[in-house]
Amino acid sequence: MTTTQPPQTEQPAKPPPGRRTRRRPGDLVFENSARLSGVLILVILAAVAVFLLVQALPALSENQGNFLTDTEWAPSGDAPSFGVAALVFGTLLAAVLALVIATPVAVGIALFISHYAPRRLASLLGYVVDLLAAIPSVVYGLWGITWLMPQIGPFFEGLNRYLGFIPIFAGPVASPPRTILTASIVLAVMILPIVTAVAREVFLKTPTMHEEAALALGATRWEMIRMAVLPFGRSGVISAAMLGLGRALGETMAVAMVLSPGLLIDFFLLQAGHHQTIAALIALQFPEASTLQVSALIAAGLVLFAITLVVNMAARYIVSRRKEFTE
Amino acid sequence: MSTLTTPPAAPGAGVSLLSRSLPRWAPAATLAGSAAVVAAVLVAVGAFGLAQWTVLSVLLFAVTITAASASVEGGRRAKDRLVTTLVYVCFGLAMIPLVSVLWTTVQNGVLRLDPYFLQTSMRNVLARDDAGGAYHAIMGTLIVTGWATVISVPVGLMTAIYLVEYGRGRLAQAITFFVDVMTGIPSIVAGLFIAALWLQLFGAGNFMGFAGSCALSVLMIPVVVRSSEEMLKLVPNELREASYALGVPKWRTIVKVVLPTSIAGVTTGVMIAIARIIGETAPLLVTAGFTDSINFNAFDSRMITLPVYVYRQISQGGQIPFERAWAAALTLIVIVMALNLLARLVSRIFAPRTGR
Amino acid sequence: MAKRIDVSGLNVYYGAFRAVEDVSMTIEPRSVTAFIGPSGCGKSTYLRALNRMHEVIPGTRVEGKVLLDDQDIYAANVDPVAVRGQIGMVFQRPNPFPTMSIYDNVIAGVRLNGRRMPKAELDALVERALRGANLWNEVKDRLNRPGAGLSGGQQQRLCIARAIAVRPDVLLMDEPCSALDPISTLAIEDLIAELKTEYTIVIVTHNMQQAARVSETTAFFNLSAPGKGGMLVEMGDTNKIFTNPDKKDTENYITGRFG
Repeated sequence: MTTTQPPQTEQPAKPPPGRRTRRRPGDLVFENSARLSGVLILVILAAVAVFLLVQALPALSENQGNFLTDTEWAPSGDAPSFGVAALVFGTLLAAVLALVIATPVAVGIALFISHYAPRRLASLLGYVVDLLAAIPSVVYGLWGITWLMPQIGPFFEGLNRYLGFIPIFAGPVASPPRTILTASIVLAVMILPIVTAVAREVFLKTPTMHEEAALALGATRWEMIRMAVLPFGRSGVISAAMLGLGRALGETMAVAMVLSPGLLIDFFLLQAGHHQTIAALIALQFPEASTLQVSALIAAGLVLFAITLVVNMAARYIVSRRKEFTE
Repeated sequence: MSTLTTPPAAPGAGVSLLSRSLPRWAPAATLAGSAAVVAAVLVAVGAFGLAQWTVLSVLLFAVTITAASASVEGGRRAKDRLVTTLVYVCFGLAMIPLVSVLWTTVQNGVLRLDPYFLQTSMRNVLARDDAGGAYHAIMGTLIVTGWATVISVPVGLMTAIYLVEYGRGRLAQAITFFVDVMTGIPSIVAGLFIAALWLQLFGAGNFMGFAGSCALSVLMIPVVVRSSEEMLKLVPNELREASYALGVPKWRTIVKVVLPTSIAGVTTGVMIAIARIIGETAPLLVTAGFTDSINFNAFDSRMITLPVYVYRQISQGGQIPFERAWAAALTLIVIVMALNLLARLVSRIFAPRTGR
Repeated sequence: MAKRIDVSGLNVYYGAFRAVEDVSMTIEPRSVTAFIGPSGCGKSTYLRALNRMHEVIPGTRVEGKVLLDDQDIYAANVDPVAVRGQIGMVFQRPNPFPTMSIYDNVIAGVRLNGRRMPKAELDALVERALRGANLWNEVKDRLNRPGAGLSGGQQQRLCIARAIAVRPDVLLMDEPCSALDPISTLAIEDLIAELKTEYTIVIVTHNMQQAARVSETTAFFNLSAPGKGGMLVEMGDTNKIFTNPDKKDTENYITGRFG
């Protein structure tokens, strides 16, 4: 997926010392414009970091509170004071919950497609999963409000009634359920396709001889999967989950539309007005923000950028480690 | 006349290949039975509902089939059956959101989706008025996405060409790495970046369609690079050599041989990239803003797109904005699906004919 | 048209590895010269160095001189692209351009170089090249069909037509029959015999009967030592090489004692 070495080997060799090879103007122009495009990408990325930093500085310098540890968000007035602690917590909580819900299901679907479903159904399902990935996030948000919330309300009531002794399910249950758990479920549905797609690819690449070896030993289908498929696909599934996590961290609209925001740090999943994510906060406040507020929001965006960067790099690292093992 | 052949000897003296197993119809029968039992109980208690019925039936089925298998076939087979059930349940679970997303969209979307809706803007329409449409948003979507494509395709394609045909050494490695990083940028951050850039260049409050296109390009370029790179790598090296051997310079080889051979795949990749960014909301909210009026000029004042329109209508509240939002969402999904289908068609029809 | 190739002291390196060691030879015009030798002895590398095709592999380097008549193709300011225009090449596996028709494949060298030509001239060029490659009668009714739709042997002849359509002086062939069936191989060998009246032909082959059948001159390459690069052992009249070689190694190889 992320090879750095293209198989083609097209570079004219370095001219040997003492010999100069004439280059055609067409070749020079073309190669340099191709290189320029590549460099442009580096420039854009550097610019992202620099501009976010420059635009965040005014707010950061006027901030009366501690940007990293404070939970309140009041970047206006005479004494602006804001911190991202609660926002980072909310962002991570929503994304991790979504991941916990989505990963097992995604692995199940991937196994279904790769090892259980009949062949024609499997390719149809692969297509359906791709379609799920193509549905815009704002539609998922709309679906969360219109379809999911009325369905999930009674379920939350039940959770609270029978499992309320577990702190995370403590009441009062919000109605309508604009809670972090609802937002996470929507996020889970959104990252399901990408996690499934990657896991499916990995499972399909299990060497057939390993599978046949397991079956030849008299293993049942599940034992074969446990002996051959899952060990082979483990790191692939982990990196798929990390990619999903990266997606969930940055997802904006679904959360902004579903979640009733708050800035607390707690684990009450069924209560509204307790949590907020960075991305949703930016989307909600940016359009009508004052100069200083914009600057503070950009600072928050910088934090989000950093978090997703770390998660994605970790995912790449796992993928590349796996390559070393399999090749 | 009685048969003269002797019966075959019993295989492997005492070891039988036959083992006790559940009949083939057992799972289906168990499922039907569980469903019936659960239905009966639920009706008797007076708590029948589709959700409860489905969940409890599946639970009962899983327990029964596992227990039956354990007693007849042994523990290993029972485990296998349990996992099989679990995998099927996962698949069923995934079908719920898919079907309901599509169903709710169509069901609510058709309420207002008519020629009037597609040809009218929201100018001088109050939120709760039984009027107005999404014409301005559709035009905005086309313009903003169009500019994003115009920016992203050349940059992305040329970068892919650089990586595949020229790239060696540190620069190529750095570009590959940072394209990966860029793939992971959250869309809202891409939006903020352009917003910050615009703030720097033009001062506060300068929303415009082109800013939105730039933000979308940040998201689109890495996708185009990745997919084009894959496609260019698929072109056999022999074709390049054949061209060089004819005395054709490298750049002409790339333009006239490599690109035409991979054009189908590249086009498919571009269309899928467009389908991905056309549904973006967050980055446009902070760069292009929103408006109720038609605006054809991407370089002056606010411009609204379909996803932002959906969000705007929803945040206004009320039944009619709600219906407008769904109609716009349906329009958007139709566009996205059409792009996806078109991409598949392109890759199928224009794939180079290599077979006999 | 055909030109003489004079090679003196040619070394080819892959990075630090010397794949071809100090080869000198003269290749006569209007004749077929065959390179034979065991796998990995540098014949193909050496062949590619004759029209600078090795340069498409990164890290390769050449020392020595290759004179095409009197011009050194490795001299400063020589454009490798122009060199390849004069020294054409046919590859191991037939590789017609999959996006082009038979017609377009033949004129690919003209088209790709952006030269403009009247339609009538192009038609004449296509017919001459295809006739030259003994393919005209088989494809004249379907010139607009994809070139990839031909059989393997026809594809290879199409590639030869494509190579001679740019009117090179020399034609290098890198095991042109190794991917073909015996009948197609015979067709190509007949073609080579006809082509040598106009071109200088160099052919690398693993098939010694083929070398004996088609060539006037044969060059035998061998590894200079295990794990080292290849070198030229002996070169001379094909009859002599196959019946009475000077070197013991050559005789061992010809008689099938190794390789």
